[in-house]
Amino acid sequence: MDHINYIKEQFDQLQTAEAGSQLQAFRSKAFDTFNQLGVPTARNEEWRYTRIAPLFNNGFQLQENNLVLADVVTHRMPGHEKANELFFVNGRYSADLSKIISPSLQLALLEDALQGEHKELINTHLGHSAVYLRDGINALNNALVQGAVFIHVAKSAQVEHPVYIYNVTDGRNENVLSQPRSLFYLGVNAQLQIAETFITIGTQDSFTNKIMELVVEEDARLEYYIIQNDNAQSNLVSTTHIRHIGKSFSHGVTISLNGGIVRNNLNIVLEKAYCEAHLYGLYFQQGNSHIDNHTVVDNVSPNCYSNELYKGMMDGSSTGVFNGKIFVRQPAQKTNAFQSNKNVLLSNDASVNTKPQLEIFADDVKCSHGCTIGRLDEEGLFYLQSRGISEKVAKAMLLQSFVGDIVDKINIPAIRTHVEDLIAERLEYKVD
Amino acid sequence: MLSIQNLHANIDGKEILRGINLDVKPGEIHAIMGPNGAGKSTLASVLAGRADYEVTEGSVTFWGKDLLALAPEERAGEGLFLSFQYPVEIPGLSTTNFIKSAVNEVRKYRGQDALDAVSFLKLMKEKMALMNMDQVLLSRSLNEGFSGGEKKRNEIFQMAMLEPKLAILDETDSGLDIDAIRIVANGVNKLRNSENAVLAITHYQRLLDYIVPDFVHVLYQGRIVKSGTKELAYELEEKGYDFIKNEINIEEQV
Repeated sequence: MDHINYIKEQFDQLQTAEAGSQLQAFRSKAFDTFNQLGVPTARNEEWRYTRIAPLFNNGFQLQENNLVLADVVTHRMPGHEKANELFFVNGRYSADLSKIISPSLQLALLEDALQGEHKELINTHLGHSAVYLRDGINALNNALVQGAVFIHVAKSAQVEHPVYIYNVTDGRNENVLSQPRSLFYLGVNAQLQIAETFITIGTQDSFTNKIMELVVEEDARLEYYIIQNDNAQSNLVSTTHIRHIGKSFSHGVTISLNGGIVRNNLNIVLEKAYCEAHLYGLYFQQGNSHIDNHTVVDNVSPNCYSNELYKGMMDGSSTGVFNGKIFVRQPAQKTNAFQSNKNVLLSNDASVNTKPQLEIFADDVKCSHGCTIGRLDEEGLFYLQSRGISEKVAKAMLLQSFVGDIVDKINIPAIRTHVEDLIAERLEYKVD
Repeated sequence: MLSIQNLHANIDGKEILRGINLDVKPGEIHAIMGPNGAGKSTLASVLAGRADYEVTEGSVTFWGKDLLALAPEERAGEGLFLSFQYPVEIPGLSTTNFIKSAVNEVRKYRGQDALDAVSFLKLMKEKMALMNMDQVLLSRSLNEGFSGGEKKRNEIFQMAMLEPKLAILDETDSGLDIDAIRIVANGVNKLRNSENAVLAITHYQRLLDYIVPDFVHVLYQGRIVKSGTKELAYELEEKGYDFIKNEINIEEQV
């Protein structure tokens, strides 16, 4: 059975099983979009260098959760003792594995939340990422949304413990399609830190199609850290969509170390004046892995500030894509928007395609962008070697200094140390 | 300690060094002078092991070892130090961590144990006092945003930490004002003893007022064309390099 028929069958089953669900119309609309657009191919400009359509010949299947805590404990991130932990297994929220320790966090399954006081809010914001991502892959998550969660952060809540999110795929027996889905709402003046990671257990091929949508209210502050270090059979489209609906602040770092084909969509929509967004990224690829960072910063209102810096180190035969869009709408005067992408190629077979894309309709703005692709600085290498440092250590030191400023942007100490360790392990060298 | 025999070297197929002969003994200071393009910095680079240069002929021995067969880091381990004309800025690499790595890698090469944090700090403090080195510089990224004088002082500080047997100073005076030259030169002089040696490469005589050479060699068109004592440096300063060029050209015509 080809994947289109399989998805249709799954959609019909889901709609029948949840006949009274508030999500019926949402799913139906998305399913129509999926039918119309299909899984994106290279003909779609946004997917030109990232080819996911052939992966769907792998016969990915939706699977129930059959993992227990013992299967996942070793994958928990450092600092988890003092963190709220949300587990999605094969794309569905697992209440058994998860734990909420912060009283100001209110979590519910999406269909339950749609019965409650936040119904209006959810209906307004759920699926907003589709405005920016008009493709079949976004529609696919929407069409089959199940086991999704709504997380509400109360007004003025300073959530003391970070939220750790684990997107777990059980690839022990089947090729799994996993579609985690969440909607976060940060109330007025709330503060929240999120650290998210992706874990595949087993060696089967998998495809994770995650959508996380976040709504940030007036004076709220969001920090999010995305750590990708999965096995080579794990393919991923990770969509993170942040909607600043009041003057607010976000700060995020995306770290991509290992995986199969990985596509990160990061959308920042600055809807109100004086919003501030910081986006940082680091990708360190090897083997045949593929990393694609597609970012959008949309300045809708005046006086917003955004700063974006992505750095890449590409080894082996890895391939990379950076596509950074900045929109400055006509009313968004006095926008300050900065973007930079820097790449180091560590082998002759690695490559990067980098494309800044600025569309500016206002006339009084400060915008800049720049990108570089180069090799490791030979002069720097010789300098270190001339001081007695071996070539291998000198390279590791130069690479660590190249990425240091990105890693330093991770404000959860346990997660920052974790990432430093992962990089040190890859380089077989650690600064003491 | 250093013996250079008939050294020829190319870059991109172009011959820059055309038969250098030079012997340096412990305790000596040698100055290499010459006009721009004579091959002074090439000589320094070849000795330190920069990859861009190809040695086509000749030999270099350092304490009896074939220097040219060693990797740059092994040359440092053997006790060779190059003070760069243009020290490299490396954002994100702390100067202290860099120096600690260098000291411990060199110690490893020499079969010594790595210094622990306390011993390293003690050594740093001692050398900082000797060099009048500012603590602030050491906590910053390596050479990033350093002034010309600060970069050169940092070079000499590294030299103090690594205690080389032969220090090659590649145009250490270039771009420095007279106060900065004095500070750097004082640093070099404090490190001198009867066991080590200095090869000072310079375009101008003024550095040699502070680092007083035992021998002065004039490099021109890839060869040492004249050697003498420190008086030769004064003569060059007074007459300019043209008088050397004229002498050579006359010889060649003959």
